Amino acid sequence: MRTINFTLNGEQVSAHVAEHQSIVEVLRDRFDLFGARESCAQGLCGCCTVLVDGTAVSGCLYLAAFADGKKVTTIEGLAQNGKLTPIQEAFLEAGAAQCGFCTPGFVLMAGQLLEAHPDPDDDEIRHYLSGNLCRCAAYPEIIAAVKLAAGRLRAGRT
Amino acid sequence: MRPARGHDGISVMATRTIGSGQVGRSVPRLEGAAKVTGRADYVHNLRLPKMLIGKIFRSTVAHGRIKSIDVSAAKALPGVYRVVTIDDIKAVIPHPFYGPAFHDQPILADGKVHYVGEPVAVVLATDPHIAEEAASLIEADYDELPAVFDEIEAMTSKAVVHDELKPAGTFPDLKHLKGKKDTNIALDFHLRRGDTKKAFAEAEHVFEHTFRSQQVLHVPLEPFVSVAELTETGLTIHTASQSPSFVRIEIARLLGWPENKVRVKVPYLGGGFGAKLYIKLEALVAALALLVQRPVKISLTMEEQFYTLTKHAATFRIKSAVKNGKVTGRDCEVWWNGGAYADIGPRITQKSGFTAPGPYDIENVSIDSYSLYTNLTPAGALRGFGIPQLVWAYESHTDMMARSLKLDPVDFRRNNILRDGRAQATGTAMKDAAIEAVLDRLALRMNMKAPFDRGTGTLKKGRGIAVGFKASISPTTSIAIVNIAADGSVTLYCSTVDMGQGSDTANAQFVAEILNVPAESVKVVHPDTDVTPYDMATLGSRSLYHMGNAVRLAAEDAKAKLAALAREVGVPEGSNVPVAELFQKKYKMQAGNIIGTGSYIPNYVPPDANGLTPDATPFWMVGGTGVEVEVDTETGHVKVTKMINVADVGRPVNPRIVETQLSGAATMQFGFTMQEKIEFDGGQITNASFADYKIPSIVDIPRTMQNEAVESEQGTGPFGAKGVGESGTFGVSPAIANAIEDACGVRLTELPLTAEKIYRALRTAQGKPLED
Repeated sequence: MRTINFTLNGEQVSAHVAEHQSIVEVLRDRFDLFGARESCAQGLCGCCTVLVDGTAVSGCLYLAAFADGKKVTTIEGLAQNGKLTPIQEAFLEAGAAQCGFCTPGFVLMAGQLLEAHPDPDDDEIRHYLSGNLCRCAAYPEIIAAVKLAAGRLRAGRT
Repeated sequence: MRPARGHDGISVMATRTIGSGQVGRSVPRLEGAAKVTGRADYVHNLRLPKMLIGKIFRSTVAHGRIKSIDVSAAKALPGVYRVVTIDDIKAVIPHPFYGPAFHDQPILADGKVHYVGEPVAVVLATDPHIAEEAASLIEADYDELPAVFDEIEAMTSKAVVHDELKPAGTFPDLKHLKGKKDTNIALDFHLRRGDTKKAFAEAEHVFEHTFRSQQVLHVPLEPFVSVAELTETGLTIHTASQSPSFVRIEIARLLGWPENKVRVKVPYLGGGFGAKLYIKLEALVAALALLVQRPVKISLTMEEQFYTLTKHAATFRIKSAVKNGKVTGRDCEVWWNGGAYADIGPRITQKSGFTAPGPYDIENVSIDSYSLYTNLTPAGALRGFGIPQLVWAYESHTDMMARSLKLDPVDFRRNNILRDGRAQATGTAMKDAAIEAVLDRLALRMNMKAPFDRGTGTLKKGRGIAVGFKASISPTTSIAIVNIAADGSVTLYCSTVDMGQGSDTANAQFVAEILNVPAESVKVVHPDTDVTPYDMATLGSRSLYHMGNAVRLAAEDAKAKLAALAREVGVPEGSNVPVAELFQKKYKMQAGNIIGTGSYIPNYVPPDANGLTPDATPFWMVGGTGVEVEVDTETGHVKVTKMINVADVGRPVNPRIVETQLSGAATMQFGFTMQEKIEFDGGQITNASFADYKIPSIVDIPRTMQNEAVESEQGTGPFGAKGVGESGTFGVSPAIANAIEDACGVRLTELPLTAEKIYRALRTAQGKPLED
């Protein structure tokens, strides 16, 4: 067991964790954050996606101990004072969530995508989101949501 | 508001609102904000004080008698609270067998194991890692028995899965199987209409083909999870279930308790697709909680989903008589691979079996449909309840016949199509089934009559269509309650489970339409059997119709009571007095409720000895798919470049959600068609993970995917609506196989349609077959 200190959704926190514990377990069991979810447990579905120092990682494989001294952002850290981010708004409007279990991972990954490619084409969207699975297959709506958000974000920047 | 769609994505479906404008409007999902912020409630989130975590030890043999189970090492591991086998379970549930059709499934293996992965023992600990490690220390010794895996072999095999059949007694057509020995047949359904022998004798052409579909898996991204806790009044089960009312009744039966001592609560589901029906983990966590008097949670891993429930593999032999371009007779024999426990397989065998001849007007029909036990993971409902397996066969067969007769595949279908008013195989007259409209729209949108670029060189192009239909399972009941509070706000109580299909939103739209309030303002209370009334289950696309009708009746009842209240307090009819004022006038303060109730069960006549009935189903679902494909003849790789899904969904209640249901269902079936297959080696699954079992990702789906609901009204449906969750699956597999033959001349009759199979078929066609 060891104590780790990290920034969680903007707040300084610490936790006593076992070496084998993943960040998704710690977020769930110590901080009551359920938006990152373990599903395939192999880093292949993207349901457990969290950002560590701004980069998306598979929370089911990322050991909590590695988060020591880092900045961790979860889906719960995006909306401020109940105001959705443009990407969340777009997912909502485009009907890009069906059962919603994979949605946080897609929203976070879409954020990474739009940081790298503010005006992505279909191939870039598909490539970036190929590591996130949606069994409800809301893929056409997810692509539409990303494009909608991209347009709004670009409009907001100019 | 609809977002602009810059890509060639799904089509925009026309909005047709009625009355107060709530039905027919693309209301965003009520829970949308909760889902995009990660705050939606799933059982996964639940943690209770003193809760223990259970991890399951599973069978490593496909069929065997248990000689011994050694739990000593597991028990000795520090942190382990208890190790449980069936003998412990029997202390709290003396007859621990459950199931919707047969009481054949034990809570933990009892004396025998019937498939690899069957639960044998459970370790309880507060730390899941300790429970998991302890489970790996358990050792079991078996006397292996001969096993049977193939559904055809199971018909005659000396290996018999169950010593004795135990039908549940709920279904009259299973009674004759009670106590039967030396058989693997869990149900045989037979239908005879007209004289097929004569039809075949008089036919100009007779075609016979056999098709097979493979075992595949639902894989909801939220794996199975259930929690049980004892309360001062009984037992509460929090579970990711599509059938809370069934769980309550079945657990009460197992415990010998009244229903009201068992409370079942279901929040949102992270996908269901038919997997989370009936009893899965619920009986186990209930027994464990009673045994240790502490809350118990079991969350399965992705791998364990492969050992819980699959989709039936099926073999379908279909034979048709054709005269003057008309199909005059059809024999259907279907063998369903049910796995080790019947689950709902016998119902699939009958309720889907009777549509095996397809959506065609065929005078002389015989159907023999068999539900078989085998030593594999149990099979159950999966988005289509057996229909995709049937359509796969009859629409491949239809195309093969048209091709052989040199008839246009669209015209051949239209010449034989089943029109409203004509009798289906059961003798039931078709009503509100827009089969021809679906075929016509599909042919039009696919431009089937126009010339087509066949590709060049080694890249060959082809196109194909297929149309299927389904009867809604009957008879089933739904009950709903609508509550108007003293401020006029409205709450709906019903046991329909929102697993992503958007039922909360649709039901809110029905209530809102009748009470003339915005759908967004209606609160929908999630299934809680202490609070929400009975509903058969969320399955088979039944809810929008059955629960929709119950909700409509409940809202109409509330509206009538509101009018009565207005009369009582002296408000003249037609005046625009706010609801809150009516309550104020009666109760002199903000107080009181109006409770409206609605109960719906459609008419139904069970089939006679020949499988015939004048009233087989309350409504028909129709779905068709058209595809364009490119086949690389050097590698066998297939790319589906375009997919069009057309369905009869009655009136679309929420056009946006209808589209997502059609394209989502079609994409799921696309996975089952192109890539998904559970691989077995002597009954052992060899690809039980997402690393080896690939479901469609965003890069796999066709570039062009369009969906359409044809103009249609379901006369008996709520506001003309009917179910939509499965219709997108029906045509996908045969449409692709038909397009592959159209492209490169090879015909595949076994799913999935892999590059290897296509390449082998191409080589065989060239007279240069590959070695195995």
